[in-house]
Amino acid sequence: MSEINDKIIDYTARLARVQLEGAELCELSVQIKGILDFIGKLEEADISNIEPTSHILPVNNVFRADAPAQSLPAEDAISGAPKRRGRYFSVPKVIE
Amino acid sequence: MELYSLTGSQLAELLKLGKISAEEILSSLSLRAAGKEEKVKAYVRFDGRLERLPGEGSPARGPLSGIPVSVKDNICTRSRNTECCSRILSGYRPPYDATVISRLKLAGASIISTKTNMDEFAFGSSTENSCFGPSRNPWDTQCVPGGSSGGSAAAVAADEAVLALGSDTGGSIRQPASFCGVVGLKPTYGRVSRYGLVAFASSLDQIGPITKDVRDSALLLNSISGYDPKDSTSVNTPVPDYTACLGLPVKGMRIGVPREYMVEGIDPQVREALLRSLEEFKRLGAECSEVSLPHTEFAVPVYYIIATAEASSNLARFDGVRYGFRTAAAEGINAMYSRTRGEGFGKEAKRRIILGTFALSHGYYDAYYLRALKVRTLIKQDFEKVFGEFDCVVAPTSPTPAFKLGEKMGDPLKMYLSDIYTISANLAGIPAISLPCGFTSGGLPVGMQIMSGHFREENILKLAYAYEQAASAGAESKRRPVL
Repeated sequence: MSEINDKIIDYTARLARVQLEGAELCELSVQIKGILDFIGKLEEADISNIEPTSHILPVNNVFRADAPAQSLPAEDAISGAPKRRGRYFSVPKVIE
Repeated sequence: MELYSLTGSQLAELLKLGKISAEEILSSLSLRAAGKEEKVKAYVRFDGRLERLPGEGSPARGPLSGIPVSVKDNICTRSRNTECCSRILSGYRPPYDATVISRLKLAGASIISTKTNMDEFAFGSSTENSCFGPSRNPWDTQCVPGGSSGGSAAAVAADEAVLALGSDTGGSIRQPASFCGVVGLKPTYGRVSRYGLVAFASSLDQIGPITKDVRDSALLLNSISGYDPKDSTSVNTPVPDYTACLGLPVKGMRIGVPREYMVEGIDPQVREALLRSLEEFKRLGAECSEVSLPHTEFAVPVYYIIATAEASSNLARFDGVRYGFRTAAAEGINAMYSRTRGEGFGKEAKRRIILGTFALSHGYYDAYYLRALKVRTLIKQDFEKVFGEFDCVVAPTSPTPAFKLGEKMGDPLKMYLSDIYTISANLAGIPAISLPCGFTSGGLPVGMQIMSGHFREENILKLAYAYEQAASAGAESKRRPVL
């Protein structure tokens, strides 16, 4: 498995939209490297001809009836917004 | 006998006889919490007293009428703070109740509006990763209560709660129950609706009871179980009366003891306590044999790929737009997202989000995530084989008793390994209970875990109850934490 360095962790943190401050990046790199070394143990498992399990029960494509129902009132749905304008979520400018 | 020290079923009996009122129970519990919270810190945003959510608790209405239930901070209660003990959800008041809360209301329970402490987003095994600070273990306040449902377990152990709800993704109900000397049950994946549980790892999370004894565990499970169209992973299977199996004979039950759980890393006193429990099962007429779960050694590495991958995806919703905290200063939408998340999440949350994002990222997906899913299949098959021949698997809950505050905070890997015996049940989706099975020489409780096949909660409750009854004759079962 691949070598982990600050550059990869920095890139991944950007993908995850998590800003790291000062020493955080370095500390995280060291810790994540340690964890991934431990996880490297998985290479010892014989997985040839084994199907992956992403869900434990044989439940697939769960649909509800296509019937109208009451949903959350808009006022309730946006009641937790840290910033709003009228009945809308307010965010910083999206298009530069 | 003070009301706060009684079990839920004892209180239900007294209420039925008209000897006490729901108000008396609540006020007894509230006074107890007011007296002990300074030491235990089981609740968050505690303002000196416990109150119930409005509109419930009339003694004539349901099986839990008038019985207080305390709730972990990641389970939504309408118009009441639900913050997952994270800064990023500070001030969040959900506009709806989780399905378990609606069900408890129907059962007449007095739901305590003040929530119990937890590791941020359930990321941890000690409740030290809470933005409100750690809870303490009532048996030794220098020790952690375990986690992530440490607040619920500590509250029950300290008689500051009668019944409590926790959530379990890799052991977060069972490990704190074991550390605090109480009973914690993780139901089968799909047994209890997760609608309104703030998601951590969607293929692993389950809500379950943390209680003073096995009967209360069955009682609470009765009320929260069942199909819910709002959770597409909940299963439409009939819910039996889980109290009906309590007291049935366990003679002839086949118990498997996995050899992989009894080897390196286990504290000798935990091992001794488990071996004594097995002798008790034999006296009760059960048959105990050694079994093998050969892929056990891979459970922790598999878990820390799957759980973090799912967490990184689930926690993408915390972006400073819809709820909770938003950074004070940021130019542009991307900077706002990144700064909000950088400032709002604690260290362990960032670690897991970044690890999970890495495991899912281009170039690493096959090597980490896909491989972990395949090894998960092997772990699941290990259990299927054993449950083809055995009714239950019995093992320690955690390799050690409660550890000291701060002891594992500097080393995430060491912390992760304290869940080594509980993680497999989540990966396989099976039900598992932790119940007290003795004490260390230092006076800390030791927990034993009983697992069974999918939807076989009755097997584990029956066996746990039989053990608890047999052990109730001994002096150890009378021990209570001194606070």
